[in-house]
Amino acid sequence: MAEPQFNIHYLAHLARIALTPDEETKLSAQLGNILGYIEKLKELNVSNVEPTAHAVPMINVTRPDEVRESLSCEDALRNAPAKANGLFIVPKIVE
Amino acid sequence: MLNQLTISELTTKLAGREISAREIVQSCLDQIARVDGKIHAFISCDNQDALAQADFVDKQITSGSACAQKPLMGIPIAVKDVLAVRNQPLNCGSKILGKFISPYDATVIEKLKSAGAIVFGRCNMDEFAMGSSTENSAFGVTRNPWDPTRIPGGSSGGSAAAVAAGECIAALGSDTGGSIRQPAALCGVVGLKPTYGRVSRYGLVAFASSLDQIGPFAKNVSDAATVLGVMSGHDLRDSTSVPHPVPDYSGALNGNIRGLKLGLPREYMIGGLNAEVKSAVDAAVKTLSALGAEVVEISLPHTDYAVATYYIIATAEASANLARFDGVRYGARAEGNDVLEMYGNTRGAGFGAEVKRRVILGTYVLSSGYYDAYYLRAQRVRTLIRNDFLRAFETVDAIVTPTAPTAAFKIGEKSDDPLQMYLSDIFTISCNLAGICGVSLPCGFTRNPQLPIGLQLLGKPFGEETLLRIAHAFEQNTAWHEKRPLL
Repeated sequence: MAEPQFNIHYLAHLARIALTPDEETKLSAQLGNILGYIEKLKELNVSNVEPTAHAVPMINVTRPDEVRESLSCEDALRNAPAKANGLFIVPKIVE
Repeated sequence: MLNQLTISELTTKLAGREISAREIVQSCLDQIARVDGKIHAFISCDNQDALAQADFVDKQITSGSACAQKPLMGIPIAVKDVLAVRNQPLNCGSKILGKFISPYDATVIEKLKSAGAIVFGRCNMDEFAMGSSTENSAFGVTRNPWDPTRIPGGSSGGSAAAVAAGECIAALGSDTGGSIRQPAALCGVVGLKPTYGRVSRYGLVAFASSLDQIGPFAKNVSDAATVLGVMSGHDLRDSTSVPHPVPDYSGALNGNIRGLKLGLPREYMIGGLNAEVKSAVDAAVKTLSALGAEVVEISLPHTDYAVATYYIIATAEASANLARFDGVRYGARAEGNDVLEMYGNTRGAGFGAEVKRRVILGTYVLSSGYYDAYYLRAQRVRTLIRNDFLRAFETVDAIVTPTAPTAAFKIGEKSDDPLQMYLSDIFTISCNLAGICGVSLPCGFTRNPQLPIGLQLLGKPFGEETLLRIAHAFEQNTAWHEKRPLL
């Protein structure tokens, strides 16, 4: 079985998770092990099988287009780590 | 002790004014004070709020309003730390939510409250429901009430342990790959995962959206049926909930299983199946057969691929769902020089090892160049697994298996080997992939040490009535569910 290829540093960047070098080493080994196990799915021929995204598919679910109660601004901001003037405060994004 | 009674016993006494709701709640709080230092089923518990809810119920009963007829009147129900309860903390067993306080009630919580329940406590869990042992919690491990050196199962280990230890009358958990049924088995209580779509997930913090369901833990099948009946139903706020009417689950428990056909999947007789678990399940099958059920061997040929399929689909969905924990709108923020650094630092500091492992695995299987080879292939295998079950249900009414391959293992035994931990879910995972319903109930004990063994019944989509009827008939003819740990 071919060893799956991955770059842990790049994956952690995609996942937006800062890892310590120790974490990278440990996770790398564990992911290699898990991906090796997952390789067994390649034993099956699935070329003519439709994928299942949901076991009980519900299509085009809508609700009546009516104004309903929603969270107040105050409630929505209640757990914010940084807020001011009814807004979430984040680090500067645009240069 | 009132905390040792069942829902039906307590609601009868309460309606007859023999006891008060305050006395019921107080007996649970007393038990928590007495044993939870050892078990740690709860992350926190707002005693004053629970007692205030009880006083409100007592006032309603005294004023003579019709509320004494409500199915969960005065019943203290504990909640897994993944469900929103207005004005109570919500942490998902993680550091990343900081001091989060829920601004609203989950739909199931609204339903329990309007049925008269006293919703209280935050039950410990594996972080974001990722785990099978409740060792992955930022708030410490929960211990099995039958043997505190062992795990209670997971991820809803706190809910299962709380019911087993008599710290509440029933509890809610969530089940993505076995997180209700496996801890129910390992703690010797009843745990039910409803069919996908049966119960609204509004207010449940999402782990894997195509697999997650909320379900009850109870001391017996009849109590589980009562709670399920209250929780179920369509909800406009969860577009995956189905509009099917909710049957009378309690009314389905008529004790008659004569002529029902039960399937034993030959693929579940694996090498890793513990001998005592096997013999308890064999004996349970004999009991069911003596009650008039017809038992046949069936085949679920893609069983061996379920764990691999699950760990692709569940991690892929988790990597998307957990993107919202980025330190912007809620939770604990770790600062950085720019927004990307802030995201990375927040998530690096806030997530535990198992969550990092799964989010990164999920990111990989969805990433450019690997999507078809992993995620799409897993979705195709999921179809094969689902078809196995639908085919089996053309000839049988329910499927009988062990819930877990072994009884509760030692704390620390599998925590350094994620793959071995994943394989402990081997019998419960397929049910979520297929979207069917499943229940675990006590069917015996290992000898030394004495640890509970669970019997799993799997049913057709929306076949909860049949499932509960079989479970109830079994329970009426055995005494396993009456055993309680000595604490």
